[in-house]
Amino acid sequence: MQNSSDQAHWQRTTRLMLAHLCIWFIFGYVIHMFVNVLNQFTIPILKFPLGFYMAAQGSLIVFVVMLFVFAWQQDRIDRQHGVAEDD
Amino acid sequence: MVAQTSSERADFMRSLGRMYGLYTGGFLGFIVLLALMEQAGVPNKILGYFFVFFTLAVYGVIGIAMRTAQVSEYYVAGRRVPAFYNGMATGADWMSAASFVGMAGSLFLLGYDGLAWVLGWTGGFVLVSILVGPYLRKFGAYTVPDFMAFRYGGNFARFLAVIVLVCCSFTYVTAQIYGTGIIASRFLGMQFEIAVFAGLVGILLCAMLGGMRAVTWTQIAQYIVLIVAYLVPIVILSTKHYGIPVPELTYGQAIAEITAREQEMVRTGLATLCTAANCGPTTLKPHIQPFMNYTPLNFFGIIFCMMVGTASLPHILMRYFTTPSVREARVSVAWSLLFIFLLYFSAPAYAAFSKLEVYTNIIGRDINSIRPWMFTWGELGLIQVCGKNAVNLDAVLAACKAIAGHPGVVRFQDFSINTDVIVLSTPEIAGLPYVISGLVAAGGLAAALSTADGLLLAIANALSHDVYYNMIQPVRAAGQWLIGIIIAAVVVALIYLLAAVPGPFGLEWRWWSLLALGGLVVVVAPLMRAATAVGRRLIMARALLLLVAVCSAALASTRPSDILAMVGWAFSLAMAGNFPAIVLGIWWKRTTTAAAIWGIVAGWGICLFYLITTRYFPQMGITYFGMASLLNPETGQPLVNIAQVMADPKWATQWPALAANPLANKVGWFDLNNINCGLLGMPLGFLVMVVVSLLGKEPPQEMQALVDEIRKPRGRTVLEEKTA
Repeated sequence: MQNSSDQAHWQRTTRLMLAHLCIWFIFGYVIHMFVNVLNQFTIPILKFPLGFYMAAQGSLIVFVVMLFVFAWQQDRIDRQHGVAEDD
Repeated sequence: MVAQTSSERADFMRSLGRMYGLYTGGFLGFIVLLALMEQAGVPNKILGYFFVFFTLAVYGVIGIAMRTAQVSEYYVAGRRVPAFYNGMATGADWMSAASFVGMAGSLFLLGYDGLAWVLGWTGGFVLVSILVGPYLRKFGAYTVPDFMAFRYGGNFARFLAVIVLVCCSFTYVTAQIYGTGIIASRFLGMQFEIAVFAGLVGILLCAMLGGMRAVTWTQIAQYIVLIVAYLVPIVILSTKHYGIPVPELTYGQAIAEITAREQEMVRTGLATLCTAANCGPTTLKPHIQPFMNYTPLNFFGIIFCMMVGTASLPHILMRYFTTPSVREARVSVAWSLLFIFLLYFSAPAYAAFSKLEVYTNIIGRDINSIRPWMFTWGELGLIQVCGKNAVNLDAVLAACKAIAGHPGVVRFQDFSINTDVIVLSTPEIAGLPYVISGLVAAGGLAAALSTADGLLLAIANALSHDVYYNMIQPVRAAGQWLIGIIIAAVVVALIYLLAAVPGPFGLEWRWWSLLALGGLVVVVAPLMRAATAVGRRLIMARALLLLVAVCSAALASTRPSDILAMVGWAFSLAMAGNFPAIVLGIWWKRTTTAAAIWGIVAGWGICLFYLITTRYFPQMGITYFGMASLLNPETGQPLVNIAQVMADPKWATQWPALAANPLANKVGWFDLNNINCGLLGMPLGFLVMVVVSLLGKEPPQEMQALVDEIRKPRGRTVLEEKTA
């Protein structure tokens, strides 16, 4: 049966999940809804319109970084609650 | 599986690094060697053969060397694949012919709107890692239906999951084998059907002998080939034009030039701008302007369906069953996305460079000064000028002269290009030696083969592990015979109906399929009798793999039209069928068996209904289900005049509707493209599951305790605990 540490572990896991889903939603959808506004800005030197850039590269970079960060954060939570696997 | 100590694991990593380092070096050396051979005057066709057969041989050798007769090796590669390498294998598993060949072309055609596919096919891995993958790894399944059966108590849930899996994977694999055929026939001048057959042999060599173990190590080799092949031409191009070998940075400049050129073309009357009053295939849609090809609903719908579909596709999820630990499964998803990202953030650069070339060096040019690279593709019917294939200069001149009032320069509406050409022709546009073109062909083949391998394995595993081992074998002998006969009858009937198409060596595909089936019975029956229980299971897996492969090759030979749409359907089907049941199964203990079953039936059912109705029975959709024409995103006008088409008996009574039918794929509810049918199915699935769960009794304590186990990485896999 679940003890209190397990419950706390699951609570923190759930919170982490929701936080990452929020970021995912913002970079997957919300900013692209404002593409016309963002396109009025141009990235200096590279000359990309900002709205286009976010869909072509910006969001993708965020997703990649996010996954490495998530793997690290979740592992830290697991370790702190003693449910991580042995190394 | 024997647990590895950390020093063993470090040794394993080192030797893997050595092996694949050597392999990559060897591959680069091979390219240099072929480049030297080209300089020495070896004809292009021979070089092309070298590329294709050498790479195929390497995959074959890896496949044979990694053959296995152990169940856990066959299904999950012994759960020993390190995160980094599993990331590469997933990358190859994921990136198909549609990504390698089709994606850049779609971006060329659709401009900003094409980025929906780029976003959708990357962001989904966030969901894989956060919601699904690591938990399924802890559960310790061999297949996705394994999880369904276990969590939702029994073989009925397993059966539903197998149907969902086979449907979406089969749709997907057909597109891959088709892609293999296209690439091989285009580059090697092989007959299309024989090219399909050759590709099939390559696929089977890996997947059949060694299962997941062989597929994993070949996919890593294939990833290296495909990423090198994708990046080399465009890096050279970027260096040539802008002096910086990072195309992802320099194509911003190209986009700025495209935008300037577009305005100039409209100003000088070379093109007509797409406006709310007039917008169609012959009008210019600015490259960076959003929502001209997809309405915002469909644009975001595609992103959402592709993302959620990623987290539901069995051939992807099963890759994360192979890591040594839950922790590594998570890291492995991150590596996967990094390796996939390398290709996807380069694809828009391909599109931009090609578009700039077309807009500056073709459109607005005098017809007499057309660049000759076009004609090789024109001969294949892939580039048209003035409505005729651009076979040579005379043909183009004649075609344009036939148009009244043609100004003698190529206008925007005169030029049309098949999107598959964009990646394949870039080396020629850039004036690179043929060896680079051969490299691109080898890369495209690697992409198609690796995905097909993964998909076929997913299907065959589901059939052998779930259907045969878990559902048929426990039945009494007499019952087994009955089931066997029924299945064989269904298979033969299907083959007979589906495969009435010409196959290799002048024999129809249905005869090839029957030949395969007959051969299987002759070979498999005595083997099965002699083998142990474990042996039987693996023999069955291999036999079914062969059969599925031949069937999908037969279907591919009918050349179903649009690869991107077919792949999109596979995602939507997977999403509607699997996502709610898997996610709720892990994240909500209250989910009951009845809820999952009703949820899958309702959600997947509505998705399948929408797909089949809009594609094959649009007339019924209009008459009985209140469907209307989809709308043009810019003008808001209906795409087809329904009253007019329905008055024409030729179209109105054509059941099922063929590809040429103006209603096919053009009708629907709420202006929703049928690629996005998951958008109807998934929410309904969730709703039904929640409502039915709350109406029923809470699942037993035992089941809830097991869900708790899935949530904790520590300890043995749940399946091991149960069967120990």
